[in-house]
Amino acid sequence: MANRAARSLLSVALTFLGLTCVTFFIGRVIPIDPVLAIVGDKASAETYARVRAEIGLDLPLPVQYWRYLTKVLHGDFGNSVITSRPVLHDLLQVFPATLELALLALLIGVVAGVPMGVIAATHRGRWQDQVIRFLSLLGYSMPVFWLGLIGLLLFYAKLGWVEGPGRLDVAFDDIVGPVTGMVTIDSLLAGEYEVFWNAFWHLLLPASILGYLSLAYVARMTRSFMLAQLRQEYVLATLAKGLSPWRVVWVHALGNVWVQLVTVIALTFGSLLEGAVLTETVFAWPGLGLYMKNSLFNADLNAVLGATVLVGVVYIGLNMISDLIYPLVDPRARDQ
Amino acid sequence: MATAPVPGPVPGSLRAWLLSPAPASRRQARFGRWFRAWLGFRRNPLAMSGLAIVALLVLMAVFAPLIADQQSATLQVLQDRLQPASWQHPFGTDELGRDIFARVVFGSRITLTIVVMVGVIVVPVGLAIGLPAGYFGGVVDTVLMRITDIFLAFPRLVLALAFAAALGPGIENAVIAIALTAWPPYARLARAETLTSRRAEFIQAAELQGASHLRIIATQIVPLCLPSVIIRLTLDMAGIILTAAGLGFLGLGAQPPAPEWGAMVSSGRQVLLDQWWVATIPGLAIFIVSLGFNLLGDGLRDASDARS
Amino acid sequence: MTDTGMTDTGMTDTLLTVRNLSVTYSGDDGDVRAVRNVSFTLGRERLGIVGESGSGKSTTGRAIMGLVGQSGRIEADEMRLGDTDLAHLGEHGFRKLRGQRIAMVLQDPKYSLDPVMSVGRQIAETHRTHLRSTKRDARRAALEMLEAVHIRDPERVYTMYPHQVSGGMGQRVMIAMMLIADPDILIADEPTSALDVTVQTQVLAIMDDLVRSRGMGLILISHNLHLVSSFCDRVLVMYAGQVVETCEAAKLSEAKHPYTRGLLAALPQLGNRRAELPQLQRDPAWMADLA
Repeated sequence: MANRAARSLLSVALTFLGLTCVTFFIGRVIPIDPVLAIVGDKASAETYARVRAEIGLDLPLPVQYWRYLTKVLHGDFGNSVITSRPVLHDLLQVFPATLELALLALLIGVVAGVPMGVIAATHRGRWQDQVIRFLSLLGYSMPVFWLGLIGLLLFYAKLGWVEGPGRLDVAFDDIVGPVTGMVTIDSLLAGEYEVFWNAFWHLLLPASILGYLSLAYVARMTRSFMLAQLRQEYVLATLAKGLSPWRVVWVHALGNVWVQLVTVIALTFGSLLEGAVLTETVFAWPGLGLYMKNSLFNADLNAVLGATVLVGVVYIGLNMISDLIYPLVDPRARDQ
Repeated sequence: MATAPVPGPVPGSLRAWLLSPAPASRRQARFGRWFRAWLGFRRNPLAMSGLAIVALLVLMAVFAPLIADQQSATLQVLQDRLQPASWQHPFGTDELGRDIFARVVFGSRITLTIVVMVGVIVVPVGLAIGLPAGYFGGVVDTVLMRITDIFLAFPRLVLALAFAAALGPGIENAVIAIALTAWPPYARLARAETLTSRRAEFIQAAELQGASHLRIIATQIVPLCLPSVIIRLTLDMAGIILTAAGLGFLGLGAQPPAPEWGAMVSSGRQVLLDQWWVATIPGLAIFIVSLGFNLLGDGLRDASDARS
Repeated sequence: MTDTGMTDTGMTDTLLTVRNLSVTYSGDDGDVRAVRNVSFTLGRERLGIVGESGSGKSTTGRAIMGLVGQSGRIEADEMRLGDTDLAHLGEHGFRKLRGQRIAMVLQDPKYSLDPVMSVGRQIAETHRTHLRSTKRDARRAALEMLEAVHIRDPERVYTMYPHQVSGGMGQRVMIAMMLIADPDILIADEPTSALDVTVQTQVLAIMDDLVRSRGMGLILISHNLHLVSSFCDRVLVMYAGQVVETCEAAKLSEAKHPYTRGLLAALPQLGNRRAELPQLQRDPAWMADLA
């Protein structure tokens, strides 16, 4: 147990070092001269050299990396050029919006995707399987930004079923103070139900679209895991003791499928954070993705790299969490 | 050996030779295996439609100038702005009066270029990391696979964004950004394939004959890895196309006036409510092509699973 | 049918009658007849079915429980369990019988127990399904059943998971799980071949004891002629999906069919060394005259 914990900690540390190495490297090869950005092109050679030394660009690379690493570990990503606030401050402000979006999307993906995968497996080769397979193939092939636009056109502009871009109507802005940063939860906590419903109808479309993409992946993986479980001897044994096929599939076989699904769901959540970059652009959703996109176009490298590190850290965290959840669903992992 | 008479239902027919249950040579056995896989593949209508879509994409890219007028893909005719579909403009025109049909047709060249270039980078890089790791094992394996794991643990699109931002917008940089984040699965695959064949007798025989490691890897192991690598690449193509289109949509891919599909969707956003076709048509093109690659890859995988 | 066997071994009442049972699997390459025209009866006795792998002995056992999968098709002139007609019983009818009137022990407890559910809950689950019992009653019954299969600390074992118990204990758990709803017939499909030699006899003894004391019928399916002849009252010998010989276990050495004789000749014998194992001679006519 201790050995495994040590190994997983080591792998986390290595991954983090690798991540910061890459972001550091990206920061160095950027074509824009960071010194020039500070001093302006009218500055004298001396000023240029002084500023260059000040921000440490004259030091050897490993030393520069070490400096960068210690800063990152202290949560210091520098200041954003656009907002001129510390990048970390900005990130913490926009992240809850993305989290809200990704969590609802994940919920949709798992709640719909797992049963679909199970049904596809138990009806292998029949029309249910074909329909589900086709639906998940569509999800795999759909450009998310395009799907978002079509969704806005259809469900917002033409049908009026949902609210449009943004998190809230302007009229509802600033009614609820941020607690968790997730507007739906904050409005519920404050008892502002009108705000909640407005926020919910804003959230539903982007979350459904992201949720559909994760559904495609979850359903497909569930199907293949389920098929493997249905071939196991214990399935025959549970049938032989007189259980209904329903119970055999949804309790026994699915109980074993969860063991493998934990990792899949963690991966899905990670990919949802990525999908958020494009979705948030389409839906003007003020989250991490939109922040990254805006920083990209203003050459705000500190902000871009800070966001990259944050997403990377969330990835690493997800891996750790799935390691922790694993023993809960698999008794075999508890003893190892 | 290969020309020896083959026992079978219709001696002499190519089909009988391929399907012979008792192949007389290793070459016949291999061709027979591929032929059986092809027969299985051909029975799968979804896979065949995937193949048709991909073939159509290639044809469209190659013969683009014959299908559409190159000039009208970039020519701005401002009095023809935002026209709906007509005989003259089958898909209508965009906000600068350019023919959307011609732009979609010529955009296929950009899509295909990106896909091919990523494949050309990713496969050799993956093999270069995975093969030595599997072949030599030990410290080499540990170090190389650690690096691979680190890259695998990264958010792909976000990293590609950061790369694209650092390198500046453009097709070449989009390709590099995608390739930098897409190689790790290939390294893993190559390593796994190498491990399974490493202990095979013909590899050891080659070693005993004094063949160099490089020679064994290049002549014996690479051909063994290629089929599964190619299947994986086909399955990845859809993801690569979607990532490239995403970068284009964000303005980090091909630069205007190049008819890149993702960028076309982005420019159609402004007029989405009134002239829906401007954004919809190129998005549909992205969707169909990535669906085609997905169907093809699925079919290839099923056929190869049945073969083994 | 052959004229051998079928001598009355003192079975007072017949539990199971099977007449001309066939199981056909349809696949891509046409139909495969795994079981052809098998007939036998089972009383409160121990019936062995022997044969090589692929002889259809396991499929026969599964067909009686209606468990041949979606691609399998069962046909029989008569298949009767007490007063229940199995030949025309739907999936729903079979479900009521399984576990309650016919149960089955499989080969390897490592694979035949659900790895993520505690063994106690798996035993109790059978009880709850068939007797509609409360959680507490099912638990008490499961603990009693664990005791009945000679498990020393039932309370502790109840909470254990399949990977935590040994092969012998796992198979006893399996027996407990299958017998808790008091079935009339137990089908044991190679119940000891995955176990250590040292615990094989112990598991068989426990099974035998329970079957006898509850007045059940047992079908023991095995490739092991020794085991079957020493443990069972009567033996069916199967080859290529058919019963080629039925005889009393004690008189197996007097078997007439060349296939049975061949199997007997292949058995190793103490104090009788042979340079080479005699090869089993197969005659296609065996299949023809029985089809």
